[in-house]
Amino acid sequence: MFKVLIIAEIDKNVLNTSTSKCVSCAMELGETEIDILIMSDDCSRAATAATNIESVNRVLTIEAKHNAEPLAAVLAPQILEVAKNYDYVFGPSTTFGKDLMPRVAALLNVGQVSDIMEVQSPRSFKRPIYAGNAILTVEVPEGLIVVATVRIASWKEAAKGGNANIQDLNINIDLPAHTRFISLNSEASERPDLQTAKKVISGGRGVGSAANFDLLYKLGTKMGAGVGASRAAVDAGYVPNDMQVGQTGKIIAPDLYVAFGISGAIQHLTGIKDAGTIVAINKDSEAPIFEIADIGLIGDLFEVIEELTQKL
Amino acid sequence: MNKILVCLKRVVDYNVRVRLKPDNTGIVTDGVKMSINPFDEIALEEALRIKESGKADEVITVTIGNEDTQQQIRTGLAMGADRAILVKADQVLDSLAVANIFLSVIKIEQPLLVILGKQAIDDDSNQTGQMLAALWDRPQATFASKVDLSSECVTVTREIDAGLQSIEIDLPAVITTDLRLNEPRYVKLPDIMKAKKKPLEIIDIDSFGNDLTPKIIPKNWSSPKSRSKGIMVDNVDDLIKALKDKDLVG
Repeated sequence: MFKVLIIAEIDKNVLNTSTSKCVSCAMELGETEIDILIMSDDCSRAATAATNIESVNRVLTIEAKHNAEPLAAVLAPQILEVAKNYDYVFGPSTTFGKDLMPRVAALLNVGQVSDIMEVQSPRSFKRPIYAGNAILTVEVPEGLIVVATVRIASWKEAAKGGNANIQDLNINIDLPAHTRFISLNSEASERPDLQTAKKVISGGRGVGSAANFDLLYKLGTKMGAGVGASRAAVDAGYVPNDMQVGQTGKIIAPDLYVAFGISGAIQHLTGIKDAGTIVAINKDSEAPIFEIADIGLIGDLFEVIEELTQKL
Repeated sequence: MNKILVCLKRVVDYNVRVRLKPDNTGIVTDGVKMSINPFDEIALEEALRIKESGKADEVITVTIGNEDTQQQIRTGLAMGADRAILVKADQVLDSLAVANIFLSVIKIEQPLLVILGKQAIDDDSNQTGQMLAALWDRPQATFASKVDLSSECVTVTREIDAGLQSIEIDLPAVITTDLRLNEPRYVKLPDIMKAKKKPLEIIDIDSFGNDLTPKIIPKNWSSPKSRSKGIMVDNVDDLIKALKDKDLVG
């Protein structure tokens, strides 16, 4: 029986679906006892959601004012107090988990397995390297706690229907004051979240301007799709960073991905490899994205966007 | 004296299409173009800009690897680093071992700031900066796209999934860089000549006495599942039909 602790990701007191995907990964380990740790200034909503995930044993909460914003330097020492009693500590491979989990691993004096895409055995895991151009199997020696981030594009959410108990923890340790939250500048969006959307449409440098991205937003709304972008479009200032898809942006796995005017650098392709169907629209017939697209259309992206917006 | 320590890793150049060795024991690197990890190059550029603005006195690079890494170290010196440290090692090290070695260098150099890439484009681990900050018991600001240094603290804008987060951290601290922090300068020929005279200190990895036992062991390399080439359609109507056939649009 393996004891697994999953560090929940919380956005504005709501449980992020990445947590449930970590549960799916943990279930692959074999016979497990899975606990979820919620850290926030108001845990109740996320904790209730977590009790509902199948196979979860306990939901642990550390409710405190200093946990209002997820600062790795503040969260990690608290996690350390809890994690010592576990065989595995998992977090999502989102910017939240990537920031936090290595700090936890170092405090535990163990390594970290980044981006688990497949569990080979309880101590052996597959992960992508070189922007997904190679897959590496890594092993964690016996006797060490396995700290890992879970590549969320590789895992589906665990089923609902669990009925775990909630247990409030009291962690009384000195926490550092050297790291202070100032602000979060989030582009408020009514569109589906990129990492959970079933459909995503995306624009590259070819879109040409921030104003032209409005055409994509309009089509996205019509299709019920999230809207993403290539690095080139973000660098050019057309859209904010949180829309970037790729090696250094978001790794996504929607059922449908439609790329408009994206040439298809390997760094971008690594972010969409797990999509169900990839559609590419580009005026350049030599664009590398056509190599991996399921459906390709050579044409002017503005004409195609307009026609799709009319006809869908 | 205010020092900035920048960690440079030698990696396969980002333009190279990597190939597996036939026996699945790694990636082909013989005869392949190698470069400074692009995120580390951004880290060095940021350190140089801080120094040029008068807020730091010295920029030192540290690299772990064999003699071949001297090529990338010289490039760092040509960009403008004042001196370099090579921790000589032939073995493969995991991120925790690397962080421990950097900590040993920190104890000698006492920098105000350590800047490094958020990830190396070879193993894509995204760990070393965070581990180093934990071992050093100092703040971390990962995925930085803006760094504003004052005398006692740094304000850092971080690129996170939700948008742009701004945090304030006390010095000394560790910062890891994201792509949009800056655009690294090009190296000019006279700078390459000058770099040859800059000090490069070589330290044997064993002299630190760190525990370097691997805690993550690489076992096997394989190719990713490839996607098969799809179909081309001629117009939007055919595209919509193809999507409807797959039940992807209403």
